[in-house]
Amino acid sequence: MSDDNYDFDVIVIGGGVAGSVSAYLLARAGHEVLLIERGVEPGTKNLSGGVFYCRVMQQIFPDFLAVAPIERRITRNALSFLNPTSFVNVDYWDARLADPVNAVTVLRAKFDPWLAEQCEAAGVTVMPGVKVDALITEGDQYVGVRAGEDELRCRVIVAADGANSFISQNAGIRDPEPTHNLAVGVKSVIRLGEDEVRNRFNLTGDEGVAYAVVGDCTQSVAGGGFLYTNRDSVSIGVVLRLDDLAAKGRTSSDVHDHFLSHPAIKPFLEGGELMEYGCHLVAEGGQKMQHDLVRGGLVVIGDAAGFTLNTGFTVRGMDLAAGSAQAAATAIDKALRSGDLSEAGLQEYVKQYEASFVGKDMATYAKAPEFLETPEMYGQIGELLADVLHGVYNLDLTPRKRLLPTAMAALKKSKLTIRRLIRIGLRAVRAL
Amino acid sequence: MADYIGGTVNERLARNVYEVDEGNSHIEVNQEIARRTGTGKLLVRVCPAHVYSEEPDGTISVEYAACLECGTCLAVAAPGALKWHYPEGAMGIMYREG
Ligand SMILES: Cc1cc2nc3c(=O)[nH]c(=O)nc-3n(C[C@H](O)[C@H](O)[C@H](O)COP(=O)(O)OP(=O)(O)OC[C@H]3O[C@@H](n4cnc5c(N)ncnc54)[C@H](O)[C@@H]3O)c2cc1C
Ligand code: SF4
Repeated sequence: MSDDNYDFDVIVIGGGVAGSVSAYLLARAGHEVLLIERGVEPGTKNLSGGVFYCRVMQQIFPDFLAVAPIERRITRNALSFLNPTSFVNVDYWDARLADPVNAVTVLRAKFDPWLAEQCEAAGVTVMPGVKVDALITEGDQYVGVRAGEDELRCRVIVAADGANSFISQNAGIRDPEPTHNLAVGVKSVIRLGEDEVRNRFNLTGDEGVAYAVVGDCTQSVAGGGFLYTNRDSVSIGVVLRLDDLAAKGRTSSDVHDHFLSHPAIKPFLEGGELMEYGCHLVAEGGQKMQHDLVRGGLVVIGDAAGFTLNTGFTVRGMDLAAGSAQAAATAIDKALRSGDLSEAGLQEYVKQYEASFVGKDMATYAKAPEFLETPEMYGQIGELLADVLHGVYNLDLTPRKRLLPTAMAALKKSKLTIRRLIRIGLRAVRAL
Repeated sequence: MADYIGGTVNERLARNVYEVDEGNSHIEVNQEIARRTGTGKLLVRVCPAHVYSEEPDGTISVEYAACLECGTCLAVAAPGALKWHYPEGAMGIMYREG
């Protein structure tokens, strides 16, 4: 391809966190960048639980906390085991999580437009309302995109098109993902009012809480529930692994409704008003999804590359989207300067993300998806914990037993064996 | 059902904003394969927006205008049972919260 046979240096497909961050960084590095988004405005197609572990954003946008549309700073994290008639929480508040800020809640339909504005200010051409239909190739090299009748040419394409990753699939680069690597998130945003959010969740100022829930919230389907506080609303929903949702015969909306109606959850929501009901796919496969991310003239980033981590404690995707975008921008900048835009030249992207927190964390938690397949996590463990605590707190005038015999009695009642419990414990220690 | 849930799924979706691409469905079910493979019944269950429903004669009807564009249906469908792609640019769901 001759040097002037292109319209942009880089075309980024998808105006989510990954696409916008990569476009922003490449424009800042002096390249001509086009960002194409199928939604009428960036964010209109996007949905997340909403806890953004945002140190990476503070690196990219030094005044991030002051200017970005963030909902609350998360200073309290609760790990919750929900059973049909009990609710066991490890509830952790720490002032150190406020300073420096570690995580914030966001609502994507409000957050992504801000990110796109930063792109425009940095010189990116943002083109919303346009869906990319296919990639254009010349020999081994990807050289542009087709949208309807239009063709646009560039030197490098960034596929940041999210968990469905159709751009790579339709080009035959990545196979459709098996259903055990995918989950569907079903979510409601419920408005309570700012004071009510503070009162019900015991919060001060703009501090917030994130509940990660396992157990009865998914009615034994592998996955979990979440409950995050926004400024004047809560984000609440379930994440259901597709293979298990199919196998267990459940209906996704019923599972969502069951969680929201649970007697331990209801008091948080009562009197609130539904603002939005939505759903979105989650990439759940972890590190094994990172394959086929580079071709001549093309890199795949964010959810499209499977950069999501579910550890049971936290669901992370937005920070990894931003981190993979940083790695891609560094590699593409180098490649554009050297002129080597071949697959070998762009392999630098893989080196960059592997050396960053993105690759390191994907490797550390490579076994997390398998651990989260432990069926006892979705029922028996939570019930055992509740039975032990019931033995401790239920002072019913029978003589007290010490903690250990109480726990042993609870274990005996449960279907779990000590051996199985030890095995699960060891797997947890190795995976998390 | 608690008020804050917002009623039936259809009633909840009525609060959302959509730009419907009239007469241009992005979803097509192959009835024969859907029936033979059991995909039809599966679609009815997995879709959070209740886009699919089973008629008394066993065919699957599609309310494409309600689609939230998650891609779940395509991911679980048996090969050939479903044609599904994103709606045209600027069409479909417009989240205001996300
Ligand atoms: C229920 C749920 C809860 C979650 N909770 C959390 C959480 O608490 N914390 C966290 O960090 N992560 C969470 N995640 C994951 C997080 O949302 C994703 O990892 C993140 O959004 C990925 O960003 P992305 O930019 O890669 O993809 P996306 O945000 O999906 O962006 C992709 C963009 O590409 C556009 N697009 C797609 N195809 C085309 C095309 N052909 N042409 C033009 N544009 C196109 C889309 O419209 C979209 O704007 C959650 C996800 C879900 C579903
Ligand atoms: S994409 Fe999601 S919302 Fe749309 S029909 Fe398929 S499962 Fe339902």
